[in-house]
Amino acid sequence: MAIWQSKAIAKTGFILAAALFLAGSARSETQNTCLDCHGALDPPLQVTPEQFASDIHSQKGLTCADCHGGDPTKADPDAMSKAAGFRGKIERSQVPQLCGRCHSDAAYMRKYNPTLRTDQLSQYQTSVHGKLFAKGDRKVAVCIDCHGVHDLRPPSDTRSKVHPLNIAQTCARCHADTSYMKKYSVPTDQFAQYSNSVHHDALAIRGDLSAPTCTTCHGNHGATPPGVDSVHNVCSKCHAFQDQMFQRSTHKVAFQSAGLPGCVVCHGNHGITHATDAKLGTGPQAACMTCHKPGDICDQQRGEILSSLTDLDHAIKNADKLLSMAESSGMEVSQARLDEDQARDALTKARVTIHSFKKELIDQDIQAGLKIAAKNLQAGQAALAERDYRRKGLGVALMFILLTVGGLFLYVRQLERDTHVQNAK
Amino acid sequence: MNSGSIEQSKEQISRHVAGSTPSRRRRFLEFLLGGGIFASIASVVYPVWRYLIPPPVTDLGGDEVVASKVGDLKPKGSKIFRFGNRPALLLMTAEGEYLALSAVCTHLSCTVQYRNDLQQIWCACHNGLYDLAGRNISGPPPRPLESYQVHVRGDEIVVTRKREG
Amino acid sequence: MCAATKSSLPGSGRDNLSALTRARNWLDERFHWATLIGPLKEKSVPIHRLSYWYFLGGITLFLFLIQVGTGILLLLYYRPGANEAFESVQYIVTRVQFGWLVRSVHSWAANLMVLSAFIHMFSVVFLRSYRKPRELTWISGMLLLFLVMGFGFSGYLLPWNTLAFFATKVGTEITGQLPVIGHSLMVFLRGGEDVTTATLTRFFGFHVAVLPLLTTFLVLVHLALVQYFGISIPPGLESRWKAAPDQKREMKFFPNFFLRELMAWYITLAILGALAAILPWELGTKADPFAPAPAGIRPEWYFMFMFQTLKKIPAKVWFMDGEVIGILLFGLAGALWLLLPFFDQAARGRGRRFIMGAGIFALSYIIAMTTYGYLAK
Repeated sequence: MAIWQSKAIAKTGFILAAALFLAGSARSETQNTCLDCHGALDPPLQVTPEQFASDIHSQKGLTCADCHGGDPTKADPDAMSKAAGFRGKIERSQVPQLCGRCHSDAAYMRKYNPTLRTDQLSQYQTSVHGKLFAKGDRKVAVCIDCHGVHDLRPPSDTRSKVHPLNIAQTCARCHADTSYMKKYSVPTDQFAQYSNSVHHDALAIRGDLSAPTCTTCHGNHGATPPGVDSVHNVCSKCHAFQDQMFQRSTHKVAFQSAGLPGCVVCHGNHGITHATDAKLGTGPQAACMTCHKPGDICDQQRGEILSSLTDLDHAIKNADKLLSMAESSGMEVSQARLDEDQARDALTKARVTIHSFKKELIDQDIQAGLKIAAKNLQAGQAALAERDYRRKGLGVALMFILLTVGGLFLYVRQLERDTHVQNAK
Repeated sequence: MNSGSIEQSKEQISRHVAGSTPSRRRRFLEFLLGGGIFASIASVVYPVWRYLIPPPVTDLGGDEVVASKVGDLKPKGSKIFRFGNRPALLLMTAEGEYLALSAVCTHLSCTVQYRNDLQQIWCACHNGLYDLAGRNISGPPPRPLESYQVHVRGDEIVVTRKREG
Repeated sequence: MCAATKSSLPGSGRDNLSALTRARNWLDERFHWATLIGPLKEKSVPIHRLSYWYFLGGITLFLFLIQVGTGILLLLYYRPGANEAFESVQYIVTRVQFGWLVRSVHSWAANLMVLSAFIHMFSVVFLRSYRKPRELTWISGMLLLFLVMGFGFSGYLLPWNTLAFFATKVGTEITGQLPVIGHSLMVFLRGGEDVTTATLTRFFGFHVAVLPLLTTFLVLVHLALVQYFGISIPPGLESRWKAAPDQKREMKFFPNFFLRELMAWYITLAILGALAAILPWELGTKADPFAPAPAGIRPEWYFMFMFQTLKKIPAKVWFMDGEVIGILLFGLAGALWLLLPFFDQAARGRGRRFIMGAGIFALSYIIAMTTYGYLAK
């Protein structure tokens, strides 16, 4: 190639590159001069470029002006003029409408995320927060209280204030603040109670994202406590079996006519701890005896149910102890261990069947479990018997070996005595 | 030949020379020793002999298990069987096809069951649902169930782990 | 132990000979049997205060024979492969008659064999049996010790349980730290970049074919050399007996020492049986390559002193990686130990004292680091 040809190619290439660069920068970085000043200011006017870069709106190409108005391309105070449409700080009373301007517009949102719901504002208006807001209460939560502002992340981001792992803390910011909630007639111990619950353990400690948090039962935008009759619908989303039993039981009608909130009566709502057989007892955790009288027919049935559950529990534990003993002596009991799972399943099923409040059904499950536990106990005994048999066998073999060693010893002594005698002669 | 007979004579002489009482004692010792050696060898040979005879169950089934016999299952029927050290589920679809999956729920390891009313696999613990290919379609389970291969061999239904491609 | 013969005068016909004598005659007519076994009948063992240490080589050999026997039995039922190995061992231990016994004996005898090989080696050092002319016996013995540890390392993985899987992972990882050849060596050992079913197949091949072949060959060489040179006498005694030959005390190998050796072997068998029946080897849980490593993985006890040393070396020594230095030092120590006999003559007398000192240091270090490894954490 001649020199002039290569020079021409180089020049064209350079121009092309510059053009692409400029075009590219014009597209990817929509001018947002606001941050040039506001990044250097002190709070509450401070919004740094780093902060805003983490906001999903910024990532989608929106600028400060899309909410606050003004001219994001100008670098002087003219950008904040009325003429440029500047709105200044958005008042709390304006927030839901402002967010809803885009987020309720299905056609608009389709451009960014076609699967995103667009009913948040209408849901909000049905919620306790929304209803109080409509009456003029400015202490209730609005969009930015839960979602954040200027560094708003999508719920799937673990750093988002509305990621399942963080929701309870976000709600607790107000709902656990006694002085903030003083004028409302709601308790403020929900978060403390929830933090002690099995659901919190599952979510925060085990990391099971399917476990419920505040919004799972109350809803998120339409947050309202479920009505007394709807509690079981909420719980039954996961605890379907228990609900099935309960719906066919005597207690359903009884609770309904008394206006009692279903599952919550025995299990609580926020501080739901691991249910133990003590609920069927007469101690501090007793659930039945909070309504029933000692000595009546229900109390009797309760006592019988509790004793048969305890029987099965003990049978399983005894078999387990025996199997562990056998296992630590080196016996192989994997089949029995598998069957132990079955026995425990039967006990779990019996405990679920309590919700039918029908002793015959519960007994069925218990009998099935007792049969399996008995089989496991037998397996454990057989394993221990086999271990003893092996040790006896070892004893016999050892005896033979030691006999041989003794025999060898005497034989050698005899042999050497004979040789000595022979040598002497 | 010569050395052999001299050997033998030496033996006889030494026996005569040694005298009768030591010889009796020596013979008793030989008996004791021989008996002990025989018994100790027997306590090795006996277990080895029993070991060599193949047991009736040829497989513990880590890789391949006979789950059932043809005819045991009806369409929309199912059965739990042991595969390796965990339970597994064998089911027959409405069309008569055999499917086999792990029966350990991927949420909290409860044993799942086939619901022939839903024609899906359901976990009673927290209402998790899987489709017949094992995909987790509803509820808490985070991952699908492992699926296995089923072959019909004669009148046996054999379940094996899927071979890597 | 011959069958009783009729007492008759010498020089009679064939029907007077015992079966054993007849067999001997048959062999002698064809192979000059008497001349062949002649030297064996002359073989003698020196008797002194420390003669008991002479049993150790034989005990190690006995344990090796047990390993071959139980190993072949296990081979009849074991299946290599990540999907089947654990289940096949479980099958052996639960379904096969006396399978539990064969497996436990194999696992215990392995450990006892390594222990006995180490004691045998150290007794040779302190009795100074490695001296000229027995240098090659020492070298073949050291190579056998390395092979025995290789047996231990490869065999440990075969049940494919969690402990074994992670111990192998860590062990091969450490090998990979060697400069230059480390990575290729690790890939060679693992059959790939990670510990997978390919590693299992490979280790199985090493354990049942490669290592037994090499070991059998070396054992035969080692035994032949021992036969050729006779049993070594400790140096102090050697000079004393040379000065006063009538003080020399010896025992014939056949039948006297042999019968005593047989007693030692039987006692070993008794200990082995007791261990296998009272403290059976556990199965563990099946290895899951995707699960995180459990806390407190350790190698088998005979690698513990090296493992603990590597853990305690600081991460960076001068400009080099601490672990690499540790591995290289152990490699160097092993190489020097292999060549021990050649330092014995060095610097007239100093070499000998140096080796004694090194022997005491090595033994104490191994014991101390092994104990430390188990007590720590």
